[in-house]
Amino acid sequence: MALQVDQAVAGEDTGREARSRRGAPRRTGSVRTWVEIALLAFFAVVMLFPVVWMLETSLKENRDVYAVPAKFLGFDVTFHHYKDVFVQRGGSGASDLAINFKNSVIVATLSTLVATALGVPAAWAYSRFPMKLKKDQLFFILSTRFMPPVVVVIPIFLMYRDLNLIDTKTGLILIYAAFNLPFTIWMMKGFVDEVPAEYEDAAMLDGYSRLEAFFRVTLPLLIPGIAATAVFALIFSWNEFVFSVFLTSSEDARTAPPAIAGLIGGTTVDWGLVAASAMVFAIPVLIFAFLVRKHLVAGVTLGAVRR
Amino acid sequence: MAAPDSSITPAAPLVAPPAARRLRWLGDRGLAGLFVSPALALLLFLSVFPLLWALYLSFTDYSATRDTPAQWVGLDNYLDILKSSAVHDRAITTLVYVVGAVGLQTVLGFSIAYLISRRVRGRGLMTTLFLTPMMLSPVVVGLFWKFMLDTQFGVINSLLGSLGFGQVEWLTNQRLALLSLVIVDTWQWTPFIMLIALAGLTAVPRYLYEAASIDRASEWFRFRHITLPLVWPLLLIAILFRAIEAFRLFDLVYILTQGGPGVSTETLSFHVYKVAFLGFDTGLASAYGILMVIVVIILAQFYLRYLDRLREG
Repeated sequence: MALQVDQAVAGEDTGREARSRRGAPRRTGSVRTWVEIALLAFFAVVMLFPVVWMLETSLKENRDVYAVPAKFLGFDVTFHHYKDVFVQRGGSGASDLAINFKNSVIVATLSTLVATALGVPAAWAYSRFPMKLKKDQLFFILSTRFMPPVVVVIPIFLMYRDLNLIDTKTGLILIYAAFNLPFTIWMMKGFVDEVPAEYEDAAMLDGYSRLEAFFRVTLPLLIPGIAATAVFALIFSWNEFVFSVFLTSSEDARTAPPAIAGLIGGTTVDWGLVAASAMVFAIPVLIFAFLVRKHLVAGVTLGAVRR
Repeated sequence: MAAPDSSITPAAPLVAPPAARRLRWLGDRGLAGLFVSPALALLLFLSVFPLLWALYLSFTDYSATRDTPAQWVGLDNYLDILKSSAVHDRAITTLVYVVGAVGLQTVLGFSIAYLISRRVRGRGLMTTLFLTPMMLSPVVVGLFWKFMLDTQFGVINSLLGSLGFGQVEWLTNQRLALLSLVIVDTWQWTPFIMLIALAGLTAVPRYLYEAASIDRASEWFRFRHITLPLVWPLLLIAILFRAIEAFRLFDLVYILTQGGPGVSTETLSFHVYKVAFLGFDTGLASAYGILMVIVVIILAQFYLRYLDRLREG
C-alpha cells in the first residue's frame, strides 16, 4: 500500500464525528486550535513568499524591481521579461535561453526514455526471479545514486573527453539516464511487487511464454506506475545542474539550469529576466509534481520508502 | 449490468489456447539476465568505471591540462589531504552546515507535520502548498534567495528596514554567509522531512490514542510514548537521506556564495571543485573525491541498514 498525501483527507469524517461526540469544544481547546492555525498560516506564508516574490519580480518594470522599500502591490504589470526569455532582444530570432530550454526538453525526455526502457524490465526481473545476492545488488544500485556529483564528474569529464562526448547532448543524455536508473529500478520494483505474480502464472498456464506474460499481462497493469516514475525522472533530469555545467560549454548542448545561473555572472544583473526565466523553468516542474502528488513519498526518497 | 436482451449474440466458440510455447532457449534465468544486464551495464559504464578511474588517478600526479603522462605517487595525495589544514577547515564548515541545516529541518519539518496532522480540514491542500520549495531546482532556489538576500535592494532587508533594523549583509558577511546557506537549505528541504513525518503520523493507528485517552494519559505522554516511537524509524530514514544530500551539496554554494566571503562557506564539495576545475590538480582532486565517496558510502550503509529494518519490520 503506497502512502498517499490525499490519504490525509480521508481522516476527515472520523475527526468530525469525534468532535461532535465530545460536545461543544472547551474554551482552552479553541484557543489552542487558533494558535495552531495561526502557526500553520505563518509557515505557509514563509514557504510560499519567495515563490510569490519571484513571480511578482518577473512581472515588474525594472525601476520597480530595485525599488526600496520593496513594492509588494501596486506596480505596473509587464510581460517584457518573459518575452526576453524567448526572443532575442532587439532582434526577432530565438534567444540563447530559448535554445537552452529546447536542449533541456530534449535531454530530459530522451534520458527519461532510456532510464525507463532499461529500468522497467530490470525492476520486473528483480521482483519476480530469485537471484544471487539480490538484496546486495539492489542496495548497490541505489548507492550509486548517492555519489557526490562533483566527484563523479571528474573522471566522467576525462572519459567524455576521450570519447568525444564532451559538450554534446548525447553525453548528457547518457549520464542523466545512468543517474535516473537507480531511482527507476527502485520505484518500479515497488509497483511490480504490487501486481500479483499469479497473474503471470495464469497467463503461462494459458500457453503464453514468460516473456509474453510480462508484455501482455503485467506491463499494461504497470502503466500508471511507469508514468509516475517517468515524471519523477523527468523532473530530476530537468533540475540537474552539476553535470550540465561541467560537461557542456556551447549553447548547442547546454541545458537551462547552468544557462539561467549564468545570467548572474556579469557585472550588472537583470533580475527581472532572471526571475522570468526561473519561473518559466519552474512552472513545468510544479505542474508535473502536482500530477504525481500521490507518489511523492516514494518519489522523493528514490523509491525507497513506501508503505 | 446490461439489460437482459433477447438478441444475445452467441459467444465466440472457445478456442483452445496454443500449447505452451515456451521459448526453450530462454529460461527464467536467461530472461532475468537479459532484463537486468543492460541496466547494470549502463551503471558499470557511467558509475563504477569512472570511480575506479578516479581511484587510479588518486595515486598519481595527473593533471587534466598537462600532456605529461601520469606519474605514480603512491599515497602522497591522500597524506596531503588528510594533513592539510585547509581541508580540516572545509570539513568543519561542512559539518556545521550539515548538522545545522538537517537539525533545523528536522525540528521544523516535524513540527509542521504534527500541526497539519492535527487539522481536520484542508490537509491535502496544505500539504501540496508546503511541498512547493522541495520540487524546485537548487539553481532556481539559489537565485530566488540571492535576489531576496541582496544587501541593497533585497526584500528581506527591506522588510527588516521597515521594522527598524539596519541593513544586514546576509551573503557577504563572514559570520552570516554560512547561516544564510543553512536558512536557504532549510527553506527548500523542510518540506521533505515534513512529508515523510506526515506519512508516519497518519499511519499511527487511531486506536492507540483512544486507548491512551481511556487511561487518561497526558498529551505529552501520548506524544512521547505513542507518536514518537512509531514515527521515529521513518524520520530517521529521512534525516539520514538529508544528511547525505547535504554532505554532497554543491549547487547552492555555487550560486549563492561561490564559497565566499573568503572561504567561509566553502564546503568539501566546493573545495573539490576548485582543486579539480580551477587548479586542475586532477590526481589530488581524485584522492579528495575518493575520501568523500568513502564518507558517503559509510552514511549510505547506515541509511540502507535502517531502510532494510523498516521494510522487514
